[in-house]
This record gives sequence, structure tokens and C-alpha cells, in this order.
Amino acid sequence: MSSIKVGLGEADRIVVRGARVFDPQVGLDRVTDILIEDGVISSIGDLSPSQQAQVISGKGWLVVPGLYDMHVHLREPGQEHKETVRTGCAAAMAGGFTGVACMPNTDPPIDSPGVVRFIREQATGLPVEVYPVGCVTKGRAGKTLADMAELAVEGVTAFSDDGAPVATAGLMRRALEYAAKSGAVIVEHAEEPSLTSGGVMHESAASTRFGLPGWPAVGEEICIARDIALAEYTGGRLHIAHVSTAGSVALIREAKRRGIAVTAEVTPHHLTLTCELLSTYDSDYKVNPPLRESRDSEALLEGLLDGTIDAIATDHAPHARDEKEVELISAPFGMLGLETALGVILTKFVQTNRLPLERLIDAMTVQPRRIMGLPPVRIEPGARANLTLIAPNEDWVVDRSQQSSKSINTPFHGWELRGRAKGVILGQQYYLA
Amino acid sequence: MPDSAPRDSRELRHMLGLDGLAPAIMTEILDTAGTFLEVLDRPIPKVPSLRGVTVANLFFENSTRTRLSFELAEKRLSADTVSFSAAGSSVSKGETLLDTVRNIEAMKVDAVVIRHGASGVPHFLSQRIDAAVINAGDGTHEHPTQGLLDIFTLRKECGRIEGLKVLILGDIAHSRVARSNIFGLTALGAEVKVCGPATLIPRNVESLGVEVASDLDEGLKWCDAVNVLRLQLERMNQGLIPSLRDYQRQFGLTREHLERADREIVVLHPGPMNRGVEIDSDVADGPFSVILEQVTHGVAVRMAVLFMILGHEREEGRG
Repeated sequence: MSSIKVGLGEADRIVVRGARVFDPQVGLDRVTDILIEDGVISSIGDLSPSQQAQVISGKGWLVVPGLYDMHVHLREPGQEHKETVRTGCAAAMAGGFTGVACMPNTDPPIDSPGVVRFIREQATGLPVEVYPVGCVTKGRAGKTLADMAELAVEGVTAFSDDGAPVATAGLMRRALEYAAKSGAVIVEHAEEPSLTSGGVMHESAASTRFGLPGWPAVGEEICIARDIALAEYTGGRLHIAHVSTAGSVALIREAKRRGIAVTAEVTPHHLTLTCELLSTYDSDYKVNPPLRESRDSEALLEGLLDGTIDAIATDHAPHARDEKEVELISAPFGMLGLETALGVILTKFVQTNRLPLERLIDAMTVQPRRIMGLPPVRIEPGARANLTLIAPNEDWVVDRSQQSSKSINTPFHGWELRGRAKGVILGQQYYLA
Repeated sequence: MPDSAPRDSRELRHMLGLDGLAPAIMTEILDTAGTFLEVLDRPIPKVPSLRGVTVANLFFENSTRTRLSFELAEKRLSADTVSFSAAGSSVSKGETLLDTVRNIEAMKVDAVVIRHGASGVPHFLSQRIDAAVINAGDGTHEHPTQGLLDIFTLRKECGRIEGLKVLILGDIAHSRVARSNIFGLTALGAEVKVCGPATLIPRNVESLGVEVASDLDEGLKWCDAVNVLRLQLERMNQGLIPSLRDYQRQFGLTREHLERADREIVVLHPGPMNRGVEIDSDVADGPFSVILEQVTHGVAVRMAVLFMILGHEREEGRG
């Protein structure tokens, strides 16, 4: 028996000892040991100390199915000064994620098999799986459909022009129709540019006060209404990314009630931050869609609780400091999310009894994998190990100088959080903080 | 507004905006401006208050009168000044705003007077440089010295601000002058209404503590003073108004309007004017107009702001 080393590693036999093992999918919730042999969970139960293995002492910890973030920007290829696949994966591991879906607004964009393979290759040897999301349109240019079937052969299960909406109703119709055959989902960044162009922050009393161009709620809602109508008409699968307004939640709730195949995600920042933060003109709070009002955050949480919103995703969007350290109007949209998501959700919603832990696991691993068309990850004997280790009572302070990401544009710098990821195990590979 | 808003003029380090500025500080600035206005009438209109202090005027957006007004205010206080306009500068060579300002600060200036087309730039700089930052107009946000000089002019003309009824007319949505006037006037107890095309009145404007007048005649019947804003001609290209003619017919201030209102209304305009669009020459040059007084007061008010921020520092031995 030997204690495991901190950092990245690989082992044939790993024992996680004495943690609370929690997987609502299989009705598992008890303090016990897990033995992983050759990357597969071989037994769950109290193990005798004689086993020859690398041992992780999990006393006081929580072990759950590996978290999955269905919306991140890894910036590679093309913008390696912001993030690379490897630094993005480092941030994912530090945040407790074993899987991420990366958006195709790279340079070149993810619209060909070569780029898909290139991105996957960058992540080899890490306990994080990277799932490239393909472009809906060639070059993300909003003109003609990308070669979606060819990308599907490469294993791409979701398509998006994220960063921008699918440009026209006609294109969205064809994308939903075309993707329906392979069961792929269209992930929509909902925004009507004629209402939002030039917008810097949520149009509100605050934007009026700060003299900043507004990005109104209706700019998101009108696009969601369009897409829901098209999803109903075509029977295609629609997923709304980073839902940010109360009106959007109502639209999606109604669509689901009518049986339309629509799913949705919400970010930790839209759940916890509001537009008044822009009073300092700090571009770390500039994000698209913008931070809204507290009644929107409340509606988002309600939507998350009643299942209108299926998943929590970060929209992790690294930007270099010199790009962000400019006048607000010129700064790029986006904030980091991978390393703070779990801590923020635990602190703000689970510790305060507003969100059951079971729903957190559902929203951060079960639902996103289902929406992405991936097989479920469960903690059961015979399953490939795919685990997140969490210290639910550890107090820590977010420090942007200590991030694993290449960038530091987190809006949560200085936040005091309770609960943080301690590591991940994926097959034989592991990372321990 | 900044979290650590100064409550006392001795804590005043910058002049970023009137939003959240303590009414007592505003009143002190206005009183000080009154003293400096007298200085401007002296045979030698100059005091040594800021001798040895260096002020850089950084104008990233074209402005003739505001820059001249600041330069004059600085010279009247005996400060050393340098001025910089964006055209032909390193800004057009791709240097970032922060680098430009840090470079100028490295030349050991005590204060930076900044005009910039983007809202929030003075706030951004004040968090990152040591020099005092004075906002000479930021984007569509604030133009605090203009707001103060308008309020100074109103106080002088009407004898009070508390309870005064002020109508602000025109493009409220894009006007930093409107915002600074609204913040300053409401903080000092005036009542403010705004009037203009619905496309140029920001949503939620009531949250700033003002009401919307349904039309110009109604607003004029109500007010003691009207502040006429400049209509930027680009609003037409942005589709916010159909045409200048259509704007002028509804919101252009004419002598007929003032006659119909049948009361003495002080007329202000921050300049430069589009005569025949937002204001007729009859009105601009008429008996109720205080537009040129505003310009004179601008120098005195800017002297007061500079003195209150930089004069105290000198007394504490920094200058």
C-alpha cells in the first residue's frame, strides 16, 4: 500500500478509501471504499488494507460521477495566447471535470475532421475527455451548412455557431432537419443581432445609469422563440446555451410542456451575478449574454429546480489580460468558469439548501452527457472509472493568480467558497489537487 | 458609482462623475467656483494656487471648447499644462489606452484630464494610475464639469437649486451632459423632467429619479429652466429619428414655444449648437438665453474642481 502523489498520474490499481460515494443514478450513497483495477471499478465496499494499490484517502470527501461541462472555449487552434487544449484541460481537472465539450469558434473553426482530431490529440494522456462541438455553418460564416455528416463520423454529436447565433431562420431550419438524422443536437447561442449589436451590458436601469449600450433581454428571447418554433416544425433537437433571462425560462418551460425537443443550460455566473457589477467598468464582468437582474437569476434557479433548465455549463471563455485591460466597450466578452463552477454552486445553492446535491450531480454530469448523446457515467462495478473527488466542507478563496487556466479573467476573484474539487479519476489516469 | 465615494471634499481624489457624489461636496465646488469667477474679472485674472502642479489634458475625442476651458482654468491657477489630442498620436498606432496614459503619467504629471469616447474610461484609469483623474466627458456616461457648470449657472440665475424645475430636452439616451445634470440636480433637490423622441429616451429613465414630459409644450409650461441638448446628426443614420426635420418639428425649441409657455424660462445649451435644429437662433440669442454665461462659468467651475482635488494635495506637501 502506498499513498498516492499529488498531481497527474497513472496507476493500475487505485483505492479511494473512506469517502462518501454518491451516485443517485444507481441509488448509491454511503461511506465506503472504491477499488479501481486497470481503469475499471472492480469493487465498491470496505476493502482490507492488504490490497496492493495507490491509495487516496477520501475521508470527509464526496465521490461522484465525473462532472461534465458541455460548454467551454479551449481557444486552440488559433488563439493559444488565451488558452490551449492542455491548459484548458488543466483548468477542467482542477475544477473537477472529466469531460468538456469545446465550442468551435477557433481559428480555423471546427468544421472539418482534421481539426476535430487535432483537438482530441492535444488532450491525450490527461484524465479529461474533450468533445469538440462542430460548426453548424462552414467557417462559422452563417452561409451554408458545414459537413455535419462527415463530422458526425468523427464522433461529433453536437453542432453550434456559438459566439454567434445560427444566422437565419432558414439556416436553423435546415440545420435541425439535417442533424435530426444522426440524432445530433443543435446548440444555439440565442441572440438577435439587430437588437443587440453594440450592446455591452444588460439593458436596464443600470445600463442607463452607467451610460453603456444595452443588450436587451428581448434580444435573446426573440431568437429562442424563433428556434423553438423551428424545432417544433422540424422535429429536430434544439439546445439553448447559457440561458440568461426570466423570459427565456418561460419560453423554454412552455415549449417543454408542449413536448418540443428542447433542452437548456445555465451558467454559474448568470445564477449568481447581476448587471449592477458593471458599475466599476471592470471588463471581467463583460460576458455574452450579459449578466442580468436578480429576478432573472431567481427565475434561472427556479428553472433549474423544476427541470426547465437541464444542465449547468460554464461557458468558460479565457481572454488574455491585455485584451481585457482596455476600455469596457472594446473588451471581448467572456469569463472563466471551469475552476470555480463547482465551488460557486456548492456554496451559493447546495450549502444554502436551495439546490439538492442530487440535482447538482444531475445538472453537472447526467444531463449534459445525455444532451450530448453520450453514454451515462455511473459508479458501479464493471464501469470504467470516471470520478470526481470533492471536499465539500473545505473553505477556500478564489485567487486568479492561482488558476490553472492560461488566463485570469474570472469574475469570482476573492470569493470565499466552501467546497472544492480535489481531483478526478478517468480510467487509469488521475489528477489530485 | 464607486464604493468608496468621498463624503468630504478632503477625500476627493478624482472627479469621475456626479453619480453618488455627496451634495455637500457639490455645493462646496459651486461656492468655490463663485470665488474664482471673481478672480476672472480681475485685471490679472490669475492665482498661484496650483503652482508647480502639472496637469495633462488627454483628449481622445475631438473637443474644442471643453479643452480650451480646462486649459484656461489650469493656467488661471498657475498649473503647468500639456495637452494631447488623439489624432496623429500613438493611439492610432495600436498602443493601448492604458499604455498611453501610463507613459504620460511616467512623465510625472499630477493630474490627468481625460475626454474619451468610451464610457467608464476615467473610472478604469483611476483604478490603475496614481495621478488624479478628472473626467472631461466619457462616452455616453458623464460630463461632470459640464453638469456642475450648468448647475452653477442655474443657481446664479434662479438663486436656488432646491425645488427648481428643470426640463432636459433632446437625446437623453446618448447624452453625458443629461446624465451629469440629472445626477447633480436631483442630488441637490431640483425636480427634473426629460423630453425627447421615445427612441432617444432610455428605458428605465425613471430609475434616475426623473419624469418624462409627454411633449415639449407640457414640459415648458412646467419648468423654470430648459437645458437643450445637442442633437448628434449621426442619430439619423442609426435610424433613431426619421429626419432632422421631423425632430425639429416636435422637439426643436422655438420662440413660439416659449411664448406659448408664457413664463420666464432660463435657456441653457452645452454647445456646440445646431441652430435651426434643436434650438432656433431667436431663442439661442434671446433674452432668456444664458448660453454664453455657461461658457464663462465653465472656466470658474473647472478651476474649482482642479483646486479642490489638487490644492489639498499641495497643502499636504505633495506638490
